[in-house]
Amino acid sequence: MTLASTVLDRPVLANVSTPPDGYVPPGIEEFFYDPLFGSGMFAVNRIVLMMLLMTGLLCLLFGMGFRKPQVVPRGLQNVLETGTEFVRTQIGDEVIGKEASRRFSPYLTALFFFILAFNITSIIPGLNLPINGLAAVPLILAVVTWVIYNVQGAKAQGLGHYVKGSLFPPGIPKPIYLLVTPIELISTFVLRPVTLFIRLLANMIAGHLILGLFFSASTYLFLGYQDGRWWTAFFGLGSFAGAVVFTFFEALVAVLQAYIFTLLTAVYLAGSLEPDH
Amino acid sequence: MPLSGAVLLASEAEKNPLIPNANELFWGTICFAIFVTFMVKFVLPKAKVALDARTEGIEGKLASAERDRDEAQVLLAQYREQLADARTEAGRIRTEAQAQRAQIVEEARAEARVEATRITESATAQIASERAQVVAELRREVGGLAVELASRVVGESLEDDARQRRTVERFLDGLDTAVPAGAAPGAVS
Repeated sequence: MTLASTVLDRPVLANVSTPPDGYVPPGIEEFFYDPLFGSGMFAVNRIVLMMLLMTGLLCLLFGMGFRKPQVVPRGLQNVLETGTEFVRTQIGDEVIGKEASRRFSPYLTALFFFILAFNITSIIPGLNLPINGLAAVPLILAVVTWVIYNVQGAKAQGLGHYVKGSLFPPGIPKPIYLLVTPIELISTFVLRPVTLFIRLLANMIAGHLILGLFFSASTYLFLGYQDGRWWTAFFGLGSFAGAVVFTFFEALVAVLQAYIFTLLTAVYLAGSLEPDH
Repeated sequence: MPLSGAVLLASEAEKNPLIPNANELFWGTICFAIFVTFMVKFVLPKAKVALDARTEGIEGKLASAERDRDEAQVLLAQYREQLADARTEAGRIRTEAQAQRAQIVEEARAEARVEATRITESATAQIASERAQVVAELRREVGGLAVELASRVVGESLEDDARQRRTVERFLDGLDTAVPAGAAPGAVS
């Protein structure tokens, strides 16, 4: 048996009850799922089911919480309002100003909760996978953000003025534009969406791999007695403690990444709404 | 399903986490569109109505609180003014009362003085009249005594009343003038 086949033959988190004869850490194959039914673009796999479930839960939550909004909020409305008001005041009003915030805060609020819901699946038992750990949703969100801030910039300043303002920032000696303009071009129109996409995706991938590592290691070490190595269970306890700690950490990261993505969207939007920033 | 290592490695190479699957892109877009539309069109406008009502309510309450406070301050100023007025009034009344008291005392004193004078005068008059009576009586008696004494001494009866009285009068006048000087009985005879 070659090393490659030893490592790769074994499905990672499946069949954990069989005595392992070698520890196999979870890898990138964690993020790829075959279709359950349907085919091509409409194929539904585990990820798509999770997407539909979380979107349904989100709509249900907000639909119930704000079914009949009360002037004095109670219960679910109170909790949800804490979140929506946080995005509106701390991101919307703070970054793009009260005037424009009235137009864009609803989108930013929806964006924040959508990312949060698709991140938090990483620690929901039974789902155990961040949807944003797969390229699709982060890519969609980054593209939408890119489209929004460019379209709104062109709308607010006029297309020519917006592109000129972005490529030729005022107040710089003319020869420097040789250097600045290519940088601005790449940074504003290419790197911004790419970094948004990769930041969210990579954070979620890394978080999931760390959690998977701790949990699979715990299982492996606890099952050590089946090979007569009962003492590995003690190390399993340590690994399990790490898994618990990182579960909380993942919750934090899920919120933080949603916040960062939303905040940066607001920052880019504010930058293109204001001429000559 | 044991695949050979080479095939697996080849499929591993295709598993690029940066490349999204078409079906996930499709469903992800649908989900995002649904949620954003739901939030922006339905949920958040409703929430905003409640929020605006809340803001309005709070602003209304603040305004009414300010109004109440202003009213209270006006009332307080009024009460203070009234209190000051009342104090001034009380002071005035006190001063007046003191003046009146002084006046009453003065009047009572004057009245008492008059009364005292009147009593003194009447007493004096009574004393004077009593004295006059006593003097008259004394004169009569002294006169009688003196005549009797004289008639005994002289041995002659002075029967004539008129003469007798004259004699007595003369004698008494003599007494009035002589007694303080040492009473010379010889002047009578």
